[in-house]
Amino acid sequence: MRALCWAPGGELSVRQVPDPELRNDQDMIVQVRLSATCGADLPLLAGGVTGLAAGDVLGREFVGDVVEVGPAVRRHRAGDRVVVCASVACGACWYCRHGLPSCCDNGNTDPAEAEAEWGHPVAGGFGQPRAAGGFAGSHAEYVRVPYADFGAFTVPEAIGDDRAVFASEAAPAGWMGAEGGEVRPGDVVAVWGAGAVGQLAARAAWLLGADRVVVVDRHPARLLMARQHSGAETIDLRHTDVAAELRELSGGRGPDVCVEAAGGLATEHRSLAGRFAGRTRMPEAIREAVYACRKGGNVVVLNSGARFVDAFPVGAAVHKGITVRGARPHGQRHIPMLLDRMARGELRTEHLATHHFPLERAVEGYALFRDRPEECLRAVFTPQEP
Amino acid sequence: MRVGRIGMVFAMAGVLGTAAAGSARAAVARGRAAIIHPHAVGDRPRTAPLHRRGDVSRPPADSHDGRPGRWQVVTVDRSPEEVLAVSARPEPLRRLGGGVEVTVRPAPGGRGTELAARPVPGAAWPGLAAHLLGDDSALLVRRTLWQVKQLVEAGEQLRADRPPDERAANQPGDSWLPPADRPAR
Repeated sequence: MRALCWAPGGELSVRQVPDPELRNDQDMIVQVRLSATCGADLPLLAGGVTGLAAGDVLGREFVGDVVEVGPAVRRHRAGDRVVVCASVACGACWYCRHGLPSCCDNGNTDPAEAEAEWGHPVAGGFGQPRAAGGFAGSHAEYVRVPYADFGAFTVPEAIGDDRAVFASEAAPAGWMGAEGGEVRPGDVVAVWGAGAVGQLAARAAWLLGADRVVVVDRHPARLLMARQHSGAETIDLRHTDVAAELRELSGGRGPDVCVEAAGGLATEHRSLAGRFAGRTRMPEAIREAVYACRKGGNVVVLNSGARFVDAFPVGAAVHKGITVRGARPHGQRHIPMLLDRMARGELRTEHLATHHFPLERAVEGYALFRDRPEECLRAVFTPQEP
Repeated sequence: MRVGRIGMVFAMAGVLGTAAAGSARAAVARGRAAIIHPHAVGDRPRTAPLHRRGDVSRPPADSHDGRPGRWQVVTVDRSPEEVLAVSARPEPLRRLGGGVEVTVRPAPGGRGTELAARPVPGAAWPGLAAHLLGDDSALLVRRTLWQVKQLVEAGEQLRADRPPDERAANQPGDSWLPPADRPAR
């Protein structure tokens, strides 16, 4: 089959690779219809130490058709159109049974190695560094889906592929931002980042009853999209004092809930001394969110690329009594609900797929996604030509 | 069913059969920890303290001074009866043979079973385990405990996709073709 493969230095190429195979009884094989780029892939294109090996297949958000199921798969059969959760979780451990599947104990093929990275093992993922379990990605004609009964969901007929593909991760991540922030009716919610996750966090905040939703970004086209499709007010951070704007929009209190969905890496250094000392720059959005948030409010950090950060405003968090919560999406818990909302038209996501490419042109798609964020929100790839 | 942090431990067989497993299950069912000692095949369980509540300091993970190393522990989200359903030393812990001590006890708050193991100082590790051991017996024990947990909870040990270098061995360059008996997808 054909697949988009990674090479050292962050180079990409579409190559011929072996078909995936069933490796466990709970596996199934899905023929990919549509696979979306994701901001979390961008660090992998930046070179340096990524944890990937030459030939690893990228891609984590996808929708497709089941073509083969393992002997222990009960909920799916060949021919089902499914959206697959971007993270791999077992559905049987304590965390999965308590609605925290992104914290799954058994979603990794080497939990002891993951322990070394995060302190505890967490759910695995497709198309990510080996420490995430070693599961090939979805920018391919076929992909193997472990724990298929728990991680794959039949897509209702009313939902097209362009909408369903975002139920894989972007929509659950956005929902996690609003739910993790405990958005309540009447709340003012601020979201940093007008990418797919940020827009869907804004939409989720509306659906949970927020009175006012404000999205902060630097790209006018994305902000326009947030106004048109998420019903949010917007702040262009290039032209204003974000904290002052937010105070004004929230009656001087500050937003009740602040969601960081800006992404980006905490790898820049302010100075040579900082570089030698190993200090990393705090992503501005997280710092800004902590300062802007009302006293006793909630800040949710969705940026999974922020590994080690310095200069975190602990004092502001303590003195204002803010709760800061990190979260990866609990997709397996939220996807059925999100598909229902998609089927009812409450959650529309087609506009997020701003560029379509056949898989053979995926390298071009990634270049556009990385280099022209103003123009390209998400590129999606179609492995099977119609 | 509740056990304090002062676990009571029992000595039993190295590679135990179902009778020993039954003894261990009975011990944990009474709210106690069972220790599965590597050199007492067929013995009745006996008790010994696992560690004291007031003193939480432990020897290093991989002690080289003849003292036993730190206990490696995982919590399995199943009852002790399920964890020990087949053997008092569930697979793949069994393959470590007499190289480790193993204990089980109910986890607090209904969280299942705390399964613990640690290397026995000076013990001879069986063939494959010795091969896998390398310099870090604690890591091998830890990995093995995770495997037990995954087998008990998820029903199988999760496998990664074949890595690219393994693929490369099967297909030089980019010209891989599927075997003739399996249609290309």
